[in-house]
Amino acid sequence: MKKKFIGIAAVAAALVLAMGVLTGCGSSSSSSAASASASESASSAADSGAVFRTLDEIKDSGKLVIGVFSDKNPFGYVDENGEYAGYDVELANKLGEELGVEVEFVSTEAASRVEFLQTGKVDIILANFTVTPERAEQVDFADPYMNVALGVVSHNDNVITSLDQLGPDDQVIVITGTTAETYLTKNYPDIKLQKYDTYASAKTAFENKNGVAWANDNTEVIAFANQGEGYTVGIEELGDFDTIAPAVSKGNDTLLAWINETMEKLGSEKFFHADYEKTLLDVYGADYEDTLVVEPGQAAAK
Amino acid sequence: MELLGLDVLFKGTNMARMLGGLWVAVEISLISVVISIVLGLLFGVFMTWKNPVARVISRVYLEIVRIMPQLVLMFIVFFGATRVWGINISAEVSSIIVFSFWGVGEMGDLVRGALTSIPKHQYESAAALGMNKAQTYYHIVIPQAVRQLIPMSINLVTRMIKTTSLVMMIGVVEVMKVGQQIIEANRMVSPNAVFGIYGIILLMYFFVCWPISLLASHLEKKWSN
Repeated sequence: MKKKFIGIAAVAAALVLAMGVLTGCGSSSSSSAASASASESASSAADSGAVFRTLDEIKDSGKLVIGVFSDKNPFGYVDENGEYAGYDVELANKLGEELGVEVEFVSTEAASRVEFLQTGKVDIILANFTVTPERAEQVDFADPYMNVALGVVSHNDNVITSLDQLGPDDQVIVITGTTAETYLTKNYPDIKLQKYDTYASAKTAFENKNGVAWANDNTEVIAFANQGEGYTVGIEELGDFDTIAPAVSKGNDTLLAWINETMEKLGSEKFFHADYEKTLLDVYGADYEDTLVVEPGQAAAK
Repeated sequence: MELLGLDVLFKGTNMARMLGGLWVAVEISLISVVISIVLGLLFGVFMTWKNPVARVISRVYLEIVRIMPQLVLMFIVFFGATRVWGINISAEVSSIIVFSFWGVGEMGDLVRGALTSIPKHQYESAAALGMNKAQTYYHIVIPQAVRQLIPMSINLVTRMIKTTSLVMMIGVVEVMKVGQQIIEANRMVSPNAVFGIYGIILLMYFFVCWPISLLASHLEKKWSN
């Protein structure tokens, strides 16, 4: 009897502990009471200034810590000499130069970008970070420096420039779980979709003319069309515009203000066009420069 | 070479970067393995205690190690500690903490198993020969227990080495991440690099784990006589 009790007590205690630790680390958008208390303790840490470094603290340390992708060519990657390179990295280096400090790169994954900022492990995230309302609750976004939208690529003998062109039997290829799938299902329920699980199978299906068009992020379809002969991106921008922007820890106003100020200055110098020409031109070509690039402060003029 | 995409290995410092990445993985696993073996032996002895408090503690610890994926533990130590207590632990140290936490738990359980599997008559015979408790452990119990431990603990060690590929999630650039970086950096010029690079990584893991297996079978043979 006693033995059994110890076993049950131990398992129960283990579960309680495990739950406590799990919720402590859970996403702060969760509405459960346990995680609310966890985020309270996080924000109290923020009040004491422990979570992020202000602009002056960064200047004093002489080092700006920036989270980038290290395997997303051509936005953030590591070249054959072990140096970080890419569109995002150019901006990161420029920011370091403007501030007069050294840049330390941290390799981040898509899934851990928000956590890195919320715990102040990096000062800025420059990892192709798309601005969304959910993320804006957890981090502070600066002015955008790039556009993303959906794009539709089709074969040269039947270029689709508008979705109205699609006949009743025409099928559009999408990859499951992408924004393209959700957008088309929601806004164009009449279009027949052909869904594939991976990029590779969707690509093969499109090349074999299983569908008349392929809808995906415009950066993806543009890169695809530029690599092979016989394909045209008939629709460059479809659906809601999303933007890519630098992000800082929530409430780090001094750093945010400085980034916006600096980016506006860089925008007036057409820094981002130069950046595009240096890093993205080979992949996307000159035709898409004005579609993809945003010069901060000049966006209204576009 | 081009067909397998192995040419990318000889571009710039790519090969040196791969080896550097391998060293990061090996370093993290070696330090954790040493900590796991030393503390695991002690924890294993602790687990055999009949004291109810000791049993609850070891049971809770072992269940946490078994239930929690290493990735979750890593996020808890690396991000959670900063969030809750404001302690900033470096990614490498966080990985070593998590791998040791896991290793000590599993190693302890193996040691407990090995110790309890020693038949009672071994202890009684030792006592009959006039040995005290320390002598019994030193001459009778530990030699037999260690022999049983070898295969299982080698299994644990090689699993720990292979699991280091998870540390990329908290920003440590180890061999797997370097491989992915090289593949992506050459996505346009040599799309086949994916085969070559992952093939090389496979060989690297093999040549790290294989000597350990050889050592284990050598020890097993040596001690079976």
